[in-house]
Amino acid sequence: MQFGIFSVSDITRNPVTGYTPSEAERIDATVKMAVKAEEVGLDVFAIGEHHNPPFFSSSPTTLLAHVAALTKRIILSTSVTLITTNDPVRIAEEYALAQHLAKGRLDLTLGRGNTVPVYPWFGKDIRQGLPLALENYNLLHRLWREDVVDWEGNFRTPLQGFTSTPRPLDDVPPFVWHGAIRTPEIAEQAAYYGNGFFANNILAPNFHFLPLVNLYRERFEHYGHGTKAQAIVGLGGQAYIAKRSQDALREFRPYFNEAPVYGHGAPLEYYAQQTPLSVGSPQQIIDKTLEFQEKFGDYQRQLWVMDHSGLPLAAVLDQLELLGGEVVPVLRKEMAARRSPDAADAPTHESLTKAKYGDAAPRQPRPNPNRGDNVTGTSPYQDSDAATPARYPLIG
Amino acid sequence: MNSTSPQHAHPDPEQTRSIVVLSGGMSDTSSSRMLADRLTQKTLDRLNGKGIPAAVSIIELRPLAANIAQAIVSGFPDPDLQAAIDRLAAADAVIATTPIYKAGISGLFKAFMDILDNDLLIAVPVVLAATGGSARHALVIDDQLRPLFAFMRTLTTPTSLFAAPEDWGDSALTTRIERAATELAAMVTTGIRAAITDDAWGKYQHTFAGNARPATAAPEVAFDTDLMRLATGGTLAARA
Repeated sequence: MQFGIFSVSDITRNPVTGYTPSEAERIDATVKMAVKAEEVGLDVFAIGEHHNPPFFSSSPTTLLAHVAALTKRIILSTSVTLITTNDPVRIAEEYALAQHLAKGRLDLTLGRGNTVPVYPWFGKDIRQGLPLALENYNLLHRLWREDVVDWEGNFRTPLQGFTSTPRPLDDVPPFVWHGAIRTPEIAEQAAYYGNGFFANNILAPNFHFLPLVNLYRERFEHYGHGTKAQAIVGLGGQAYIAKRSQDALREFRPYFNEAPVYGHGAPLEYYAQQTPLSVGSPQQIIDKTLEFQEKFGDYQRQLWVMDHSGLPLAAVLDQLELLGGEVVPVLRKEMAARRSPDAADAPTHESLTKAKYGDAAPRQPRPNPNRGDNVTGTSPYQDSDAATPARYPLIG
Repeated sequence: MNSTSPQHAHPDPEQTRSIVVLSGGMSDTSSSRMLADRLTQKTLDRLNGKGIPAAVSIIELRPLAANIAQAIVSGFPDPDLQAAIDRLAAADAVIATTPIYKAGISGLFKAFMDILDNDLLIAVPVVLAATGGSARHALVIDDQLRPLFAFMRTLTTPTSLFAAPEDWGDSALTTRIERAATELAAMVTTGIRAAITDDAWGKYQHTFAGNARPATAAPEVAFDTDLMRLATGGTLAARA
């Protein structure tokens, strides 16, 4: 079971002090959060992708590669990578390179994005959002698994003899989670490929996402990747922790009241009761999270938002101390005790490499000299099978 | 809400039809509710005359006003509002009634409709009714309620009911109420909703794990669709 934090990279005015961080300050603060997350023993740090103010994270792999250089152990991920408005070829290239730099400590979560203008800014149409997401992933999947791809679809220019470089680290693609909160097709795609399914478990009534998670589990089994209980499930969440529950409510309230997604609506207590939002003492956060396991079944990844709504860096770092020091160690122990022996572990680069190669050495692709093009038919790498003749695309 | 849930109140839910009154009236008793009550009684008389048991469930929006506002802001209904939605989802017929304010239907009524799943009332027989301070607002039903319920893909009766102050002393209103009751009872009796949803439920757009689930509808997730084929490594038909 992996525990971690995710951020949407919002730059929000601190409602208590009135201070709005600059982009530079918020970017630095986010790096400090990521480093702190490793320091306090968390397993995952994830950053979102946005292309409009008040967010900064337009280029997640740049930030994650930097964090990778500052850390040793933590897994870096996204929350989410836009599979709709990004060219899947660029995703394949950028995340494979980041995966190399992170020495395999990188995976990603794919999502569609719901900011309408972002689609036309990148030449896309939000009304095609779902087919875009599905088709783009089909291509991304192949780009990371086939040295040479011929491909034609509806949303980008066709590819003939294309090789996405670099090949994934050890020729083992980064693990992919598919994020969705209402779309059965995304659950189906995750299940079909045996990938992970991530439900952002906030902003909806408790266990609202259970039907979708269960659909994914059933289809994961249907496609022969394992039993329902072995499917790879991740959940989002949001927490604010203080030693005493009344302090948690008091300290978090001004931020909650002004938060873009919560403010000026129902009161904090209502959200804390009706939704997965976890505000309280370490024990209360532990109890609430254990309910997720009880209802959703054994799962592999729990991420919390800890830096939302203008919370200053110092407070976020204190929150991470509490999360890593008092909440997660208990959850590790309690969840392990409740866990079915059948439940899978969260995939890592090590486990995926082991699954692919066993004890054999992983493939290390070495390219042939440049021939001026990529149209090679078999592979532009030295280990391609010389006995297999090249297939060139037919023209005309 | 002094009403009973049609899902639990009847010994034989397959036989007992659930008539749900959705009332946007503000006072107690409002003229909107009085109009609905007269129509409800006539409809029950018609159904009973045909030997069809029916039960009435009332959803008054006034006590849910704060819940509705909160649901719009927070994006999901609280348990009280969810209970009302569940009753609508189980309705065999709906009598929808609203006061006319400022040349339009009540904002509360529209706000409630705004939080419903788009597929909640597909093929449900509905009578549209409204009360206003002047006969000059009579067309609000056709101008606003009818398009709203067309969007929801309901089956509205040919007759709708509008009552201005002078109508309450006019026997013509009673005649129209009887006509609407006959129409609604006939649509309930024929089982037209089930005839449509049994066969075509999967052909409408649905909210996954939403509130709308006719008991006889096909399985919720259809896997033989273009998008599902695309999800599983297939390709879309080329766009024109």
